[in-house]
This record gives sequence, C-alpha cells and structure tokens, in this order.
Amino acid sequence: MNALRFGGTRLASMVFVLLTVSLLTYAVFVLLPADPAQLACGRPCTPERLETARAFMGLDQNFLVQWWNFVTGIFTGRTFGSAGAEISCPAPCLGYSFVLRQPVTDLIVGRLPVTFSIAIGAAVLWLLAGVAGGVVAAVRRGTAADRAIMVTAITGVSAPSYLVGLLGILLFGFTLDMVPVNGYVPFTTSPVDWAWHLVLPWCVLAFLSAAIYARLTRAQMLDALGSEYVRTARAKGITERRVVTRHALRNVLVPVVTLFGLDLGVLLGGTVITEKVFSMAGLGALLLDAVGNTDVPLLVGVTFFSAALIVVANLLVDVVYGVMDPRVRA
Amino acid sequence: MTLDHADELVVPEGQPAPAAPGRRTFWHRFARDRFAVAGAVVVVLYVLVALLAPAITGLLGVDPYTYDLDALDATGAPAGWGGGISAEHWFGVEPLTGRDLFAIVLMGSRTSLVVGIGATVVSMLIGTLLGLLAGYLGGWVDWVVSRGVDVMLGLPALIFMIAIGAVVPDSFPPLLLLVLVIGFFSWSSVARVVRSQALGLRTRGFVRASQALGAGHGHVLFRQVLPNLAATIVVFATISIPGAIGAEAALSFLGVGVPPPTPSWGRSIGDAVTWFSSDPMYLLFPGVALFGITLAFNAFGDGLRDALDPRSGGRK
Repeated sequence: MNALRFGGTRLASMVFVLLTVSLLTYAVFVLLPADPAQLACGRPCTPERLETARAFMGLDQNFLVQWWNFVTGIFTGRTFGSAGAEISCPAPCLGYSFVLRQPVTDLIVGRLPVTFSIAIGAAVLWLLAGVAGGVVAAVRRGTAADRAIMVTAITGVSAPSYLVGLLGILLFGFTLDMVPVNGYVPFTTSPVDWAWHLVLPWCVLAFLSAAIYARLTRAQMLDALGSEYVRTARAKGITERRVVTRHALRNVLVPVVTLFGLDLGVLLGGTVITEKVFSMAGLGALLLDAVGNTDVPLLVGVTFFSAALIVVANLLVDVVYGVMDPRVRA
Repeated sequence: MTLDHADELVVPEGQPAPAAPGRRTFWHRFARDRFAVAGAVVVVLYVLVALLAPAITGLLGVDPYTYDLDALDATGAPAGWGGGISAEHWFGVEPLTGRDLFAIVLMGSRTSLVVGIGATVVSMLIGTLLGLLAGYLGGWVDWVVSRGVDVMLGLPALIFMIAIGAVVPDSFPPLLLLVLVIGFFSWSSVARVVRSQALGLRTRGFVRASQALGAGHGHVLFRQVLPNLAATIVVFATISIPGAIGAEAALSFLGVGVPPPTPSWGRSIGDAVTWFSSDPMYLLFPGVALFGITLAFNAFGDGLRDALDPRSGGRK
C-alpha cells in the first residue's frame, strides 16, 4: 500500500512538472518575436498571405488555447490547416514542422535510436567505471592507484567532452587507425558494427562523468568504511572483499543514484555534443538543424520531448532508488 | 559540461549551518592545499592576460580580425609547419582566413571570462534571492521555489539554451544573451544550498533577537542572514564559474554561441573539426587554453570549498 502511494505521489508530481515545462517551453518560443508564419509566408509576404499562414498553423489563436491544443494533441492528435488542405498529425502529436513538412513526432522517433545508443551505453560505462574507480581509490587509499584515479578525475571534470572526443579521434581514429571516427550503423543491421562505431563516443562521454562519480564514490566509501556497521561486519569475520561489496557498497550507491538522477539532463546535453563531434544524426543534430532553419514547432517539440524524457527517466531512477533504499518508500 | 556538481555544500535540511571557521584558519587550510594554490595562481594569470590582451596584441602588431591570406597555401590550410607557426604568428593562423591564432586565443580569454563570470553573477543573484526567501519565509514561497528548483534541475539545460538562441532576434547583443541564458539555467543549485542554510539560520538566536526587536523581513534577510551566507556564496560562485565557461564554449562549439568574428575558444574548436586531421594545432591552442582555465578554476574552487568545510570531502 505504501509503495502504491509512493508511486501515486511521484506520478502526480511528474504530471505537474510536465505541464509546467510544456507551458514554459511554449511560452518562451511562442512569445519570442521569431514568427514561424512570417518565415513560412515567403516573399513577397502580403498581409493576407500572412493571415492565411497564421490560421493554417493555428497561430491566430490565443496563446493559452495554442498551448492547450499542443497538450491535447499529444493524446488525441491534431489537424492543421483548413478544409481541403488538411495536414493530419496523429497522436502522439508534438506539433508539425512546416519547414520539413513532417510531424515532429516522426522526426524525433527517427532520431531516437542514435541518441539512445549513445546515451545509454555511455551511462552504463560511466556508472561502472566511476563506481569501480572510486571503490578502488578508497580501498587503496594513499597508493599510486588512488592518486592516479583522483588526478584522472579532476582532469575529466575540467576537460570539455568535444575536446576529448576530437583528441580521441585524432589518436585512435587517424593515427592508430583502430576505430571508425564517424557515422552510425543501426543495431539491426549489424550489432558488431553498431558497437564498434559507438566505442569511442561512449568512452569520451563516460570518461568525463565517470570522474565525478569516482570522486563521490571514493568519499562515500571512505565514510562507510569508517562506520560502525562495517566494523561490526568485520568483527563477524567476513572477508574484506565481502565487507566492501556487500555491506559498504550498498550504502555508497544511494548518493550515486541520486546524483545520476540529477545528471540525466547533463547526459542528454553531452549526447548532443557527442553527436556533433562524431557526425551522428541523432536528436541533437535534429535540434541544431531546427535552430538553423528557425523551425519553431520542431524546436518546441524537441525541447519538450527532451524534458519529458528526463522526467520519465527520473521516475525510473526513483523506482530503483526505492528498491535500493527502503527508507524512501516510508 | 555541467553547471552543477557543486552540490556537496548542501547542509542537511533544518540543521544549523556549520560554524564558519575563523578567517585565519580558513586561509591556513587553503594555503596547505598546493593544488588549490596553483589553481589560484593560474586563474590570476588568466585574468591578467585577459585584461592586458589588447595591449599585448597591440605590442606584437597582431589582432584577431585582420585576414592574412599570404599565410595560407592553395587549399586554404595554413602554410608551413605547425599550422603556420612563425615569428609573426606565434600560434600559427586560422585556416581559410589567415587570422592570427595567438591574438584569437588571447582575446578569446576575454569572451570566456566575461561570459563565465557574468553568467555566474546572474545565477548567484537569482539563486541567492530565491533561496533566501524560500528558506526564511517558508510556507507557500518555499513550496513554489522548491518546485521551481526541481523543474530547473530536471531540465536538459543545454538543449534549452541551444533552442532559445534560435528564437531571440539577431539584434540582441550575443554576449549579453549568453550571460542571461547560462545564468538563468544555473540558479537552481545555488538556490537549494542557500535555502537549506537559511532554513538553519532562521531559528538561531541572533535572528530571533533581531525579529523580537522589531526588525522587518528585509533587514533580517539582508543584514542578519545574508552576511552569514557570504562565504558559502563566494565559494559556490567560484565552483560555478568553470561550468559557465564550459557552457559558453559548448554553445559556441555547436555554432549557437558567440557569433564570428568575436574570438571564442569554443567556436575555434568547433571550426577546427573540419581541419584537425591536417592542422591539429588549430584545435590544440584554443583547446589547451579552455582546458587550462577550467582546470584552474576547478582546483581553486575545490580548495576553497575544502577550506571552508573540511568535511565536504574531495582530496584528503
């Protein structure tokens, strides 16, 4: 019952956040002076043509009505334009790009495999490397391994991902000719080629964030190793390995998961940069194209979708959190 | 490229802020951290370079805007070794234009520092004000600010910053836009920290005494509570600057930040993408400059934080 109520509260707050974000996104892009109708109207743009374009795009309505149409369109789909020249945008409709003449949802879905491939792989790698590095540094405190991991950590925090990415391409791609340096191969075409093309992006994106996690894990681990319950565990005669992996690590992972939840946005931002460095056509490339074309519906759709993605992913993180730490469910 | 990760300063809700160490202990602790001191020295050097950049380039007779097509070969790549390094062009030249890379890197420090510090000031102002109000007043103000922080922390900031740049009219000053946008997307973590500290200070004797003497909210907030948070805010600002510098560079790298011809390290690195297999120096000089300032600020900020609150972890 408690778990149910926990889930219900989280779900309600998620809906609240999503509505707020959609309103804000919509407000920013619609209230700013870039007028999509003006851009679509072409030259010469007579006032009548402009009005027609406005009505066609649904921009002639009150701002709140527009926003509400956007929100309901996600569930029921929408139709743009007038009778005779209708454009239908089936649910879930995130708007219609009049520049690319495609529903925004289709455009986004087409790019998701690339973005997810980069982001999920990098996240797995960064959590594994970060936690492992932090644990080793804590257990071997003061040794050369500890210092090496910590120096890598602060370097990683300070190095911009694109710089590391480009240097990686220079070294492993051009000089050593070990890995491909750009392009994306769909998983369904060839899983091996898929992974091979993603190795460098994963490492680059993970290297930077793993550093922060290594630092956090190390500090938490040192705390845990000095605590009463670890002393008790040791007194029971359990091997040190088991003390670290079973007893201490469980508590160390709680703040790591918290930080990971906060970093999902950073992960997505990092993916945008990584896509550009490795010339992959994901969500970030779509967004940058939308910026280049001042494609406002696409901008609104992509930003709202990314925010929603983060909110939903955060919910998943919270569930993991609840499993790991029963105290938060109370 | 993060704007946060400075969250370690957070004090558990409802607990009084840790007693600030005396000023002498603070500097003593800081001075013992060689890495942090080195960071501080490098930061000072960068600031000096940024201040003197026009004088230095003026003395050398170079500037970041003048084309020098003689320094290029037929393909538009810099002629000669190391990206066209010569007595005239110390760091070589920019491909296609032949503009002096030394001047570009030097003047780029001004862009980085202006945006980095400006955006941090904006985020500190917003975050401190909202955090103070939320922690001190509590009630619905706290609820609204806390939900706002939740929303902001959850947003993919970089994606929003990219998108906003597209819809703001071109006539808006680009550097000011970057300062405002980056600042606006990074106030949430400072608001959270200030809120939790203000919450702890609210019940302390000197605040109660001041209220009992009839002081208004404004006086209590800005004369009693705020001075106690000054050290935290300064440290937090230092930790935030590299994030803001990184955000500017990342946006410029993606082609949506500082427009040409204003020098920007991030944009140079972005331009270098098409050249770096033949001209790695064009990537290296701006890259090292950017990495150096970020590393220095991180080391400096970490040292300040550890000196303020040794329990905060980090290097031991």
